Amino acid sequence: MISARGLRKSFGDFEAVKGIDVEVRKGEAFGFLGPNGAGKSSTMRMIASVSPVTSGELRIFGMDPATDGPAIRGRLGVCPQEDTLDNELNVFDNLYIYGRYFGIDRATCRDRATELLEFAQITEKAKSKVEDLSGGMKRRLTIARSLINNPDLLLLDEPTTGLDPQARHVLWDQLFRLKQAGVTLVITTHYMDEAEQLCDRLVVMDKGLIAAEGSPRELIDAHSTREVAELRFGVGEHEGLAGKVEDLGERVEVLPDRLLVYSDHGEEVVTAVLDRGLQPIATLVRRSTLEDVFLRLTGRSLAD
Amino acid sequence: MATDTSPVTSRPAGTLSAYEGFTRQYDYWLTVYKRTWRGGVVSSFATPLFYVVAMGVLLGGFIDADPERLEGAASYLAFVVPGLVAAHAMTIAVSESTYPVMGAIKWHKTFYAQLATPLAVRDLVNAFLGFVLFRVASACAVFMLVLAPFGVFESWWGPFLAWVSQVLVGMAFATLTFGYSARLKSEEGFGVLFRLGVLPLTLFSGAFFPITNLGPVLEWVARLTPLWHGVSLSRMLCLDTVDWPLAALNAGVLVVLSVVGWRWAVTGLEKRLES
Amino acid sequence: MALVTAIPAPLTPVHAARVLVLRNFVVYKSAWKLFLTGFLEPVLYLFSIGIGVGQLIDSFEFHGEQVPYAAFVAPAMLATSAFNGALLDSTFNVFFKLKYEKLYDQMLATPLTTGDIARGEITWGLLRGSVYSAAFLVVMLAMGLVDSWWAVLALPAAILIAFAFSAVCMALTTWMTSWQDFDKITLAQMPLFLFSATFFPVEAFGDGVLRWIVEATPLYRGVVLCRELTTGVVTWESAVSVVYLVVMGIVGLLVVRRRLDALLLT
Repeated sequence: MISARGLRKSFGDFEAVKGIDVEVRKGEAFGFLGPNGAGKSSTMRMIASVSPVTSGELRIFGMDPATDGPAIRGRLGVCPQEDTLDNELNVFDNLYIYGRYFGIDRATCRDRATELLEFAQITEKAKSKVEDLSGGMKRRLTIARSLINNPDLLLLDEPTTGLDPQARHVLWDQLFRLKQAGVTLVITTHYMDEAEQLCDRLVVMDKGLIAAEGSPRELIDAHSTREVAELRFGVGEHEGLAGKVEDLGERVEVLPDRLLVYSDHGEEVVTAVLDRGLQPIATLVRRSTLEDVFLRLTGRSLAD
Repeated sequence: MATDTSPVTSRPAGTLSAYEGFTRQYDYWLTVYKRTWRGGVVSSFATPLFYVVAMGVLLGGFIDADPERLEGAASYLAFVVPGLVAAHAMTIAVSESTYPVMGAIKWHKTFYAQLATPLAVRDLVNAFLGFVLFRVASACAVFMLVLAPFGVFESWWGPFLAWVSQVLVGMAFATLTFGYSARLKSEEGFGVLFRLGVLPLTLFSGAFFPITNLGPVLEWVARLTPLWHGVSLSRMLCLDTVDWPLAALNAGVLVVLSVVGWRWAVTGLEKRLES
Repeated sequence: MALVTAIPAPLTPVHAARVLVLRNFVVYKSAWKLFLTGFLEPVLYLFSIGIGVGQLIDSFEFHGEQVPYAAFVAPAMLATSAFNGALLDSTFNVFFKLKYEKLYDQMLATPLTTGDIARGEITWGLLRGSVYSAAFLVVMLAMGLVDSWWAVLALPAAILIAFAFSAVCMALTTWMTSWQDFDKITLAQMPLFLFSATFFPVEAFGDGVLRWIVEATPLYRGVVLCRELTTGVVTWESAVSVVYLVVMGIVGLLVVRRRLDALLLT
């Protein structure tokens, strides 16, 4: 569906994407994971065929966005990072008119808009103004709109950023259903849990480059331990105490508010820490996540 | 040991005097003015000046200077200037009391923030209108000063009183418009207000031509509009053709409208913000 | 969810413009009050200046013919209202959609192109403008201010004026960064409106350079063209005006496309 070779994007002197290779196959859910400014959105805009490629090769459905932009966009669904709904139209017309932009005939547009309102669970809001919708509803409407042309490939840029936990779960459920219906999904996110939930395969991006690639499980196995022991001490003590526990695990990360000790057996680490007479305020043993993978690969935390 | 136990403010919150309520917002409006005065230059000065040159000077060059037909003016320029300034005072007053009022309620929510302090709705209205009045007064003053050398004024004191009458026009329209804006839910109403209110008033309230040209029926309709009272007052004072009973009526109408408008503005904003 | 298999047909430029016009039409249906009152503006000016002030003026000479003042001002109102409408549509409205609503960004996520957007917006503006112009011509006819069958061509002339200004103003709008820039638009709009021989003959500017400058401005060409058509005094100058406005519109349209590409496809 998507094939990129040495893909680059520059804005003046600033190089947002510094040569990446990506291959997305039909029917999979593919993720771009990384902090803000990693180059995810620039990549997405190039794939959406609204941003010219600076250098390298990009093919979508085997076509070149530079020459076949409209044809590619006709088969894409795009859910941008910020909702770009048409505030002058009501909810139903947002879907209907958008469908007409694709050249879909009136009757099909109407049927499809009605179905998608149901899918997005906003049927009762059909005649409402966009500005009267909640954040979660707007997001669902944007996603519904991106499905109006029955796309082969759906691009979702930070689909759940800014939503409350409940709204996120509703949205995830809908994306699962799309995936099961065979729609190829490309998702960017800086939420680890989202990437783990939704993506079959993902790349970790940092500073315009791909730092690692694989399924969430593969990445965790390759770049982290099975478990992590989190130790919280008093304010300002973490740096100094890191040396006293570093032999207990494979690796120790110092964060401003806690120490992370990487080990396949977290509970044993905690026991050993207490045996040494250290008294953490709080301890937590958990499984490794993509957050840990990212920390390992870039030395930085993903959180904003 | 002597301890100062007096409270920070001598009055309990909620009973600020109108004067104090007004002056406490002085710095806010000064800041607003410093940020926005440039934006007003074109609409406040350039646009009316273009009108004076186009209508007063160039078109006026084709019009017979017959005081009989121009309400006593010696030229069309002298006729049109006092009316244009009065109409201009209305335009500024309405512009400044439409979108900015809705903005302070709906978009920036400035009024809500101000109301969370000891200020009352009445104080917000006073300070807001005070600012609008300052805009009207300064724009009209500059305008009148620029026109003074062109021989359109017949006495030294008349233009000064005419300026007061223009400010009064601004006051009447600012208060009434504020009341309307405070009750309005969608900004679409402003487009209609400008097209069905401001433009017809500007064009038919005697600013551009004597209202006797409208024919007897429409002439009386024009006499009922608030702007005509302002135009009439402003023109009589500039041309030194004051009919004092009429002037008193004109001024009286504008003052009454300002007072009624102020009540309408305060009650409107109270309903909107405190419900 | 039943997936309908709708295979989008490729959009031709005409089809694309139609769809964009549809979008604006749907929006406008709910703002019909604004639509109706927009028609009133030139009519009010005509009554106020043309009739009210006109009583103070006898008649003007235009290309050697005596024309009553109202009949002199009316075609100018036709031209300037086409100009004002085009300006409003292609500056304020386009800027709002471009910078605030991000409307064009969402359109570009579909098979539509920047060229489609420019053509669609301008087409809509022209359709709306031509309804106003036609209605105004009817008012002129009813008031006995039309002297010639040439006046039938005043409608396309008004649409041409709207086209020329829409294209150029839309191009200028793409360079704007904030609402403050609109002061500059007003600064150009007011003198054009007031000094394009709208309310008085161009002879008021004397015989010197000033008059030459006025005669070379686009709105003057439009005003005189409309006046020539409604009074029936058509001359070779009319052809000059038509060519002038056509060229202006095409140049504007080319610039808009390139600028929209640069702004939106980054």
